[in-house]
Amino acid sequence: MSKKTIIGASAIAGAVAMALSGATLLTSTSTASAKEKCFGVAMAGENDCAAGPGTTCAGTSKVDYQGNAWSLVDDGTCTTMKLPDGRTGSLEALERDLPA
Amino acid sequence: MRRSAEISTPGNIAPLGDFTNALVDPDLPTPRGVMGPGGAKADKRFDVYRNNVTVGLVNALVDIFPAVHRLVGDAFFRQMARVYVQAERPHSPLLFEYGGTFPQFLETFAPVEHLSYLADVARLERQWLDAFHAADSKVLEAQDLGAVNPEDLPHARFIRHPAAYVLRSSFAVVSIFSANRSGQSLSHIDPDAAEDGLVSRPHHDVEVRQLPPGAAVFLAMLMDGETLGQAASQAADEAEDFDLATAISGMLEAGIFAGISINTHSKRETIHDQSD
Repeated sequence: MSKKTIIGASAIAGAVAMALSGATLLTSTSTASAKEKCFGVAMAGENDCAAGPGTTCAGTSKVDYQGNAWSLVDDGTCTTMKLPDGRTGSLEALERDLPA
Repeated sequence: MRRSAEISTPGNIAPLGDFTNALVDPDLPTPRGVMGPGGAKADKRFDVYRNNVTVGLVNALVDIFPAVHRLVGDAFFRQMARVYVQAERPHSPLLFEYGGTFPQFLETFAPVEHLSYLADVARLERQWLDAFHAADSKVLEAQDLGAVNPEDLPHARFIRHPAAYVLRSSFAVVSIFSANRSGQSLSHIDPDAAEDGLVSRPHHDVEVRQLPPGAAVFLAMLMDGETLGQAASQAADEAEDFDLATAISGMLEAGIFAGISINTHSKRETIHDQSD
């Protein structure tokens, strides 16, 4: 290990004391600003048909899927996001995919 | 092939591998031994069955990776998921454990190779679900850390909470994830702005945070069992503006450790320093 920085015992003790005293409370809340609480067991609205193989409600025969060679579907962001300038526009286009 | 004498089976029964292969590949014939009542042909019945298997797994991927699903669109995602399902069988009967290799698949799947951030978004979503299903555990509290002798702190090691994960990414993975999960617009996000993520479940809910510079190195090393002193020094080395106090209060708030231990061997080494 070619360590350039060594944080000494006093610095660590000081940082811990600061953290425990709540002196970093403001910074820590801003650290957590991206915090995202997700609730519920299943993802929203997706609980009906995915309880497991054999419980699907989409139980049609494979006939529905025959002959579908892989094809790129012009949906979401796939074709637009690769352009540096198109990034913003394509991200906005995502609004179409919002759950109804 | 071992065959049970009690079950009367007209004709041969296909080996189990043929059966499972045929489950996810509609071009393969109905496995030998699969038949309707009275030995009738069961091709259509088997087609329905194997379609349900594939649709079930595809639906599971939609549920496990909702942000990826939204990013590429439903039709695209389902087609892509079918390719993955054909290549990757579940290793567990628990459907929520499926898709562990989906991020790697996204890295190699040519039609999405220009969406370079997609794999990391999938990693974060997989970590989210792993955290959700991880074992419950007590969380290291501020007073546990406060009870440690200040001179022992550099040698303190932490026990990872079962639901804690760090993700280092070259992309805006936390922002993309959060915006998708909350249904917000992504228009303000630059996908190429590197972000590190922290996933934890201190109580009942899974929490996802974006980490400040250096914190991912610091926390990942602590999770690997390195000492507080080693992790702090390494983080300061890698990120100039690493703030140790903020990282410590953040790790307490996120509840990513279950306990603390002081290595007595290291402690003995420090006695020399402390004696003078």
